[in-house]
Amino acid sequence: MSEALRLEGVHKAFGAFVALKSIDLAITSGELVCFLGPSGCGKTTLLRIIAGLEQQTRGRVIQNGRDVSTAPPAARDYGIVFQSYALFPNLTIRDNIAYGLVNRRRQRTEIEVRVKELLTLVGLPDAGAKYPAQMSGGQQQRVALARALATAPSLLLLDEPLSALDAKERERLRGEIRQLQQRLRVTTIMVTHDQEEALSMADRLVVMNHGVIEQVGTPLDAYERPTTPFVADFLGKVNVLRAVALGGGRYRVGQIDLTTTVDSAAVGSNVRLYLRPEDRILSDTGPVEMMPNALRATVRNLDFLGTFCLAHVDIDGFDGQRMTIYLSLNQTLELGVRAGAPLPLALRPERFRVFTQA
Amino acid sequence: MSAALDRSFGPRKLALWSEALIARGGLVLLALALLVFLTVPLATLLVRSLEDRGGSFVGIANFITYFASPAFGHSVTNTLVFAALTTLITVPLAFVFAYAIQRSCIPAKGLWRNIAMIPILAPSLLAALSFIYLFGNQGWLKGMLGWFGLATIYGMPGMVMAMTFSSFPHAVMILLAALALSDARLYEAADSMATSEWRKFMTITLPGARYGLISAAMVVFTMAVSEFGVPKVIGGNSSVLAIDIYKQVIGQQNFSMGAVVGLILLMPAVAAFFIDYMVRTKQKALLTARSVPYSARPSFARDGALLLYVVLISALLLLVLGMAVFGSFVKVWPYNLSFTLNHYTYGFEEAGVDNAWRNSVVMATWCAGLGAAITFAGAYWLEKTRGVNWLRPVIQLQAMMPMAVPGMVLGIGYILFFNHPSNPLNFLYGSMAVLVTSTIVHFYSSSHLTAVTALKQLDNEFESVSASLKVPFYKTFWRVTVPVCLPAVVDISRYYFVNAMTTISCVVFLYSPRTTLSSISILQLDEAGAVGPAAAMATLIVATSAVVTVLFFGVEWWLSVRMQAWRRTPRN
Repeated sequence: MSEALRLEGVHKAFGAFVALKSIDLAITSGELVCFLGPSGCGKTTLLRIIAGLEQQTRGRVIQNGRDVSTAPPAARDYGIVFQSYALFPNLTIRDNIAYGLVNRRRQRTEIEVRVKELLTLVGLPDAGAKYPAQMSGGQQQRVALARALATAPSLLLLDEPLSALDAKERERLRGEIRQLQQRLRVTTIMVTHDQEEALSMADRLVVMNHGVIEQVGTPLDAYERPTTPFVADFLGKVNVLRAVALGGGRYRVGQIDLTTTVDSAAVGSNVRLYLRPEDRILSDTGPVEMMPNALRATVRNLDFLGTFCLAHVDIDGFDGQRMTIYLSLNQTLELGVRAGAPLPLALRPERFRVFTQA
Repeated sequence: MSAALDRSFGPRKLALWSEALIARGGLVLLALALLVFLTVPLATLLVRSLEDRGGSFVGIANFITYFASPAFGHSVTNTLVFAALTTLITVPLAFVFAYAIQRSCIPAKGLWRNIAMIPILAPSLLAALSFIYLFGNQGWLKGMLGWFGLATIYGMPGMVMAMTFSSFPHAVMILLAALALSDARLYEAADSMATSEWRKFMTITLPGARYGLISAAMVVFTMAVSEFGVPKVIGGNSSVLAIDIYKQVIGQQNFSMGAVVGLILLMPAVAAFFIDYMVRTKQKALLTARSVPYSARPSFARDGALLLYVVLISALLLLVLGMAVFGSFVKVWPYNLSFTLNHYTYGFEEAGVDNAWRNSVVMATWCAGLGAAITFAGAYWLEKTRGVNWLRPVIQLQAMMPMAVPGMVLGIGYILFFNHPSNPLNFLYGSMAVLVTSTIVHFYSSSHLTAVTALKQLDNEFESVSASLKVPFYKTFWRVTVPVCLPAVVDISRYYFVNAMTTISCVVFLYSPRTTLSSISILQLDEAGAVGPAAAMATLIVATSAVVTVLFFGVEWWLSVRMQAWRRTPRN
């Protein structure tokens, strides 16, 4: 697998505001990479720099071995789909898709064949004569995708492509785009703030915050082994416990000593323990009292969320530090979990992430 | 599958430098044009005001001379009183009129709205002539003047009346827009607390329209301060600043003194412009709030009273227009009322202005075509291209400047700059080209704003998408932007045409005997005492403007039908 794109020390400042701080990143050809982060983290700015729509203050952008750092957008090789789709309202779907082809002075019949092919590819074989306003958001999105792919770019850029759609349509298109991308093996960068979207579609995630890359890795990697508190907090839900390091992977929370497999903090230092709500063992699989990190918890209240529930629990000896515990609906019913009831549980030592306190 | 990645459809080498050149070149050209045809003439005016007649620097001596002259106090007072009275009368009249249309259930709202717009089609001189017909020395209703304690129509009373007629539609338009912005939820909340109608008006309606009221007041005030034609025709001995400029420049050929008076005239206009500008930016914030539009419920007493008012105002507007038209067709007002076309035939010939109408149509057509093209392309280059970003605020500022500059002031700037013997553009002086240019510049700001508003409604990423598809931006401009914005372009075109037909203030300094315009010839005919031919010329302008406006509306209607295909959103 060759390298499709490399960013070297890309830095962007808008006046005094620094949007991106020395970003280094390499993208392999054929993969789908998601830039994920809260709004204002710099992910869209980074995409626009790759597209040449924004000029970086410092740093280089290298595409397929060619330095395109200062090249205008038209001199780079990519197709782009915007959040708004930016379909030309006065042109038919056919003319929209052919927009970049006509410019290349292709034979009319050749273009016609190409447009047909692309319409079929995105599942709209008969839409050619329609105008964008006559189509649904999801259909417009597909047309925008077809238009971006028409010139066979080596790189596809997607700027929050699904955020203007309703939930059902969004979920369906997620799968379709991913399938199409894998079939064409086109290197793709997608910007999104929706973690579910990123986790389900990406080969690799680039999690960003405040203009820096927090973590690069597969979705599973980033979820299971977040390398920074921000990533742990941003991806999924997480419990944060104030603790003191005791050495040997042991930490004290309140009056309780917890065992973990992480021994990174100096003895006596203040740390934060991060643990996801699902990383607990409940008594439905057998008694938990003898397990490591066995705790006595009392349910304060219970959020019913359909197929699962979240129990907010007080833990004996934690000095008021509360935890949130994930329960399937069946577990909730079988274990008689309700406000005020005791809930014996054990925390999984290998799941803890430990960060020194900032 | 492999076809989707067919690299033969891949990137083609593009002449990128040519695209960049067109993007930047367009901006530079626009900036240069605004510099040469707006900023430099105004700067020349400033320099010239500090020089004596011979052209040597004398500091503020000219200002001291003018301030010391008896004419100065007289003119300044008259100008301010004239503008203030016009504003105080026009804005309340227009407010009630707009209120009746937006907030009541009177019938035939479209008709009243259109009648209110009639004065736009006429030069302001038409109103002055009509009031002379009505209340002048041989006036039909001259006796009525006594009821109001007036001895004569000439002077302040006539000026204010004629100016009220001319500025009425401008105030109505602003107030219609201001009163269209309303939140029904506020009225519902008030109703739920059993609030009286009067209290709702005072606490919701009036505060909601306050920016519109200030804006309308500033626009009317500026129009009156800058007005030249009305005081010239019906002002009698009441001199105003605009007349002083004319006297200095045309009468005494004292350009330095003309420049001095021009700068003084610029001050209230610029002040009003800034107040209006600040108010407009505030109103934008008001607009973004999500609100439920208010629709009035029928009320017999309110609707009856407002209908009576609207009918009365409409009748007065039609009377003023009709008086001039009628006067242009009668032999000798008011003694011989038999029908004649003489004023149109040898009336013009005798005064040597038989080409004026044709000149006006030619000039208005150029303004409508060239003006709309330059304004729209300029706004596009400014809003949608990339590069040379330092130049953009400079252009933006210059694009808004004409709104603050009275036509008379721009006019002297043009004489001083283009008539200068060492100016290589000197050949333009007295030509049709300079009339067209000055008129486009004079009416640039509003047109520019219309174009910018239309462009801002387009997706910002059209140009980015084109770039990614390797299509040069100017192709997208031609294939997408222009077709989508065509209604706005047509609107700008119509605005230029009608204003070019009726304007005098700027061009009064710039025409030559070959390029006399019909609006200017009204002045000449009136000066020569040929009131009949003057009214005939005014009527001809109104008729031309009206016909062209109807034509433009036809084009706009045809466009909207054609655009239905892609505007329509029936999805099933």
